Amino acid sequence: MKNKKTEISGKKAVRGRVLKRFFRHRLAAVGLVFITIAVFCAVFAPLFAPFDPNKVVGDFGAPPTKSFLLGTDQVGRDVLSRLLYGMRISLFVGVAATAVSTVIGVILGLLSGYFGGFLDMIIMRFTDMVMSFPYILLVLVAAAIFKPGLNTIILILGFVDWPGVARLVRGNVLSIREKPYIQADIVAGMPKRYILFSEILPNTIAPILVYATSVIAISMLDEAALSFLGMGIQPPRASLGNMLNGAQSLSILTSKPWLWLPPGIVIILLVISINFVGDALRDAFDPSGK
Amino acid sequence: MFKYIIKRILIAIPVLLGITVIDFFLMSLAGNPLQMLQGARISQEAVEVKRIALGLDQPVYIQYFMWLKQLIHGNLGVSMKNYQPVAAMIKTYIGPTLLLMGTSLIVSMIIAIPAGIYSAVKQYSPGDYTVVTLSFLGTSVPGFFLALILIYLFTIKLGILPSSGMTTLGSKSGVWDVIKHMIMPVIVLASSMAGNNIRYIRSSMLEILDKEYLRTAKAKGIGSFKVINKHGLRNALLPVITVFGMEIPMLFGGAIIIEQVFSWPGLGLMTMSAIINRDYPVIMGVCLISALVVLAANLLTDILYAVADPTIQYK
Repeated sequence: MKNKKTEISGKKAVRGRVLKRFFRHRLAAVGLVFITIAVFCAVFAPLFAPFDPNKVVGDFGAPPTKSFLLGTDQVGRDVLSRLLYGMRISLFVGVAATAVSTVIGVILGLLSGYFGGFLDMIIMRFTDMVMSFPYILLVLVAAAIFKPGLNTIILILGFVDWPGVARLVRGNVLSIREKPYIQADIVAGMPKRYILFSEILPNTIAPILVYATSVIAISMLDEAALSFLGMGIQPPRASLGNMLNGAQSLSILTSKPWLWLPPGIVIILLVISINFVGDALRDAFDPSGK
Repeated sequence: MFKYIIKRILIAIPVLLGITVIDFFLMSLAGNPLQMLQGARISQEAVEVKRIALGLDQPVYIQYFMWLKQLIHGNLGVSMKNYQPVAAMIKTYIGPTLLLMGTSLIVSMIIAIPAGIYSAVKQYSPGDYTVVTLSFLGTSVPGFFLALILIYLFTIKLGILPSSGMTTLGSKSGVWDVIKHMIMPVIVLASSMAGNNIRYIRSSMLEILDKEYLRTAKAKGIGSFKVINKHGLRNALLPVITVFGMEIPMLFGGAIIIEQVFSWPGLGLMTMSAIINRDYPVIMGVCLISALVVLAANLLTDILYAVADPTIQYK
């Protein structure tokens, strides 16, 4: 009974220390607030958006007015509504692609680190091969082969970006495997599945989480770049990247800044917030930190 | 040491073969070249003749070995659009890309080394926060968006920098002309890389500053400049060597997008037009060559690291 109590208060103390260290980073706290607002707006975009994002509701390329706060685009759709829906798509792509790559990376990393030997060699050499191809190039080639669209983009980004996670998890598993409590499990004859998923995995969650935040940021940047080049999310569906696509033409770039500045600024704010949060998490979880 | 280098090269060989397999596999996913030939005017017999001529009637693994044999002889196939050999096309376009990548790499280091050292030495000072915040900004701005802003400012508003190409049409291509065309793409590529590098150098410097030998150096009273730049920097830059190797694929990817925005006549522009035209031999040739370059760069940085760091024992 007494033991349990100290264990709980110990956990609480760890959590408090982690939170305290996280919030020492003011910019990360600001970033977290911004991300929360952005996610809220994105999830409830249908409630907030003043117009249907894909319907022609105003003049062609009209500057911001009271009814169209951010103006209208080349075909007369409301830019603010498209921005909200675009944010929704971009955030979704970032998170979903990261989920795919993290699952693949974690499984391969666990297998490679725990079993070692031949399996480890095969997986690691395969990782080396995938890492040798320039990431964007692979993504572009895949986008050229498969029909571009929401699901394709998520799968492509997910299937190309796992090597980093795999290496990270493998390294962690290698060091955790030598710890006494895992050795004890092995001696006690615990099933491998239990050791892998109930003992090793929970102890390597923190670095995976930190890494995943940076992968979300990178995936969002890549989605934006792909959609900007016309190989990502296809119109009429809005994404932050394909809203910038129009700015490739000089007349829009010069005379209609309301079309390209807002999506660009939203991408920067989202990505930098995620990066700040990731950096603060790294600090907060760092066992050597004070 | 010598053994380590040999071992490292031996490991690279299966990776190299694997890269060719992945490349070939991607190409076969893309569909076979006969589909591009087919049209109303082409008879079934003609397609059949072409099929045998291209060796497509053979099993896949034989096709792979045939392709590999061509590859070893430096034959990357022929473009489906303009019927030029892919190897020759890459050779003409790779120069401008390497120029852009190399300059950006150097510029990013010129920014990152002093900024990273300053940030580490003055840890937790307002200056440190500013540098770290700016470095995050550098990595968080999409390259193409920064490019748009630069074009808006320097080409449209101020009219002082050209926004596309490598030389001004019709003018004699002087060095200054090329430099003017390079300024904006280099700023874009270097700023995203510098952002990463500043943080790498900062954290590696912080680690070194904590070491005992640095405290000894300080205690000797040789002055903080010597301590930091002679004893600290040399050791702090070691891990950065590996970062170079990791950044080359990123740099290449960035170049593809940036060349598109600035119409820089390099490999990226060529690849993008090949991708839009579904010109698979060209795409695969570029994939293969860039993967080889990355592999070679990684091998080189690993060996350099081993040479530069005498404290590491390689078994």
